[in-house]
Amino acid sequence: MRKATTTLMGAALTVGAVLPLAADEDAQLVVNGEIEMVTRAEAPPHVDGIREVISGWVFRSDETQALQMDDFDNPGMIFVDQARDMFGTVIGSEDKSCASCHENPEALRGVRAVYPKWDQAAGEVQTLEMQVNECLTQQMGADPLGYTSGDMTNMVALISSVSRGMPVDVAVDGPAQSTWEMGEELYYTRTGQLELSCASCHEQNYGNMIRADHLSQGHINGFPTYRLKNAKLNAVHARFKGCVRDTRAETFAPGSPEFVALELYLASRGNGLSVEGPSVRN
Amino acid sequence: MAENVKPRVRVPGTASAGEAVTIKTLISHPMESGQRKDKDGNVIPRSIINRFVVDFNDQNVMDVTIEPAVSTNPFFEFEAVVPESGTFTFTWYDDDGSVYTESKDIEVS
Amino acid sequence: MELNRRQALTLALAATALAALPRDLFAASASLDDAIAAFTGGAEIGEGGVTLTAPEIAENGNTVPVEVVAPGAEAIIILAAGNPNPDVATFHFGPLAASQFASTRIRLAETQDVIAIAKMTDGTFQQASQEVKVTIGGCGG
Repeated sequence: MRKATTTLMGAALTVGAVLPLAADEDAQLVVNGEIEMVTRAEAPPHVDGIREVISGWVFRSDETQALQMDDFDNPGMIFVDQARDMFGTVIGSEDKSCASCHENPEALRGVRAVYPKWDQAAGEVQTLEMQVNECLTQQMGADPLGYTSGDMTNMVALISSVSRGMPVDVAVDGPAQSTWEMGEELYYTRTGQLELSCASCHEQNYGNMIRADHLSQGHINGFPTYRLKNAKLNAVHARFKGCVRDTRAETFAPGSPEFVALELYLASRGNGLSVEGPSVRN
Repeated sequence: MAENVKPRVRVPGTASAGEAVTIKTLISHPMESGQRKDKDGNVIPRSIINRFVVDFNDQNVMDVTIEPAVSTNPFFEFEAVVPESGTFTFTWYDDDGSVYTESKDIEVS
Repeated sequence: MELNRRQALTLALAATALAALPRDLFAASASLDDAIAAFTGGAEIGEGGVTLTAPEIAENGNTVPVEVVAPGAEAIIILAAGNPNPDVATFHFGPLAASQFASTRIRLAETQDVIAIAKMTDGTFQQASQEVKVTIGGCGG
């Protein structure tokens, strides 16, 4: 019932959601003159509230959009380079580096596009961060990385970067279904002093300005993202924490089951958009 | 020495003699401006890259004096003339005395 | 002069308030002029020989892309009139500079004029300036 009401309200409001002049609606994102990104797609079947999914890239100013179009303009790529060094570095009691099993980062093409996903052995939905830590602790005999630490975020950015241009395609059914449903519930639940849900801004008001900020649909296909605001790569769960805090609610912790579920659900809302990480955003 | 300072430079691999090439340079560095305060209210001291020099073989291409208003992870794009094959050297000077360098070769046909 | 307690208190408060005003408020234009004079030596500055490209509205004041170009210049300085310190960067072009073009990203504390002044090889100076609007974002800044 709640969902139906939200959908109706959503439809009423989104009909009027027009991108203001600052964003170029027709701009195409091609990175390095080679990687063609899909930044607009028909909404996937499990999303009712919007008809077209639009990447956060479309909502940014011309200058910001340009920063993502060349890997030597995109400051996020310095950190991908750092992760590349880490990829080949031996660490842990088993005397291995990531490269010992995975050869090179390019061999992980396709991985980012399907995460978060159900891990049969672990019996849970896992994010890329959880998978990296699983490799570190179980295969390499090394210490885990902090969930939103610089090293972890750099590594996730590297793994994303080799999947750029591929469509996001996370599974919403099968063993992942109950996790996905928890994520959907979280997305539409109003919380905090300001009584806002993710949908309040990102489904019902995308395209509008919140003070001087141009609201996007809140997709995560561009994560980790280099934000101009803090001049560094930002991880998804760190961003969730910020968003929840901005509604003046008690936030969940990065890596918590709630944020894992929310990440799965959010990723699925962007199924069909291209993997862009590391992207450049406000 | 600031932590994790890593340069990232693009120079084309080849050019014709006398051609102008576009060079893009990035370096990861916090560029602590000296304007911020920590949670106790003490000013975090300035610590930035204050100069960036680009040379080709023995000659200078550009010398940049940098102030705290240049953003974190300083980026510079500029054009250089390539008279012959050789090596571009890029040098960044840090307030704390560290010097970071990178070099890229280019072949002239 | 004899002050009663109330007058003394009012005076003290007013004095404190005045002293608490940021020194920058009065020093701002002085320090921009100083920065310009340090570069030009007080010489006259013409308009037109230098082009400054900057966004009308900065997506975020922390990282604002700007470009300067001034054919025939030996150096170009970028200044931010409303920053705590107006100097941003000075590009000195050497013999192997193909053009007098440079692009970088800068921090702007608030809406202000960004100014580019070029020193030409003949010793003259040219300038260009543009206002860049800097906003505070909606969610988390």
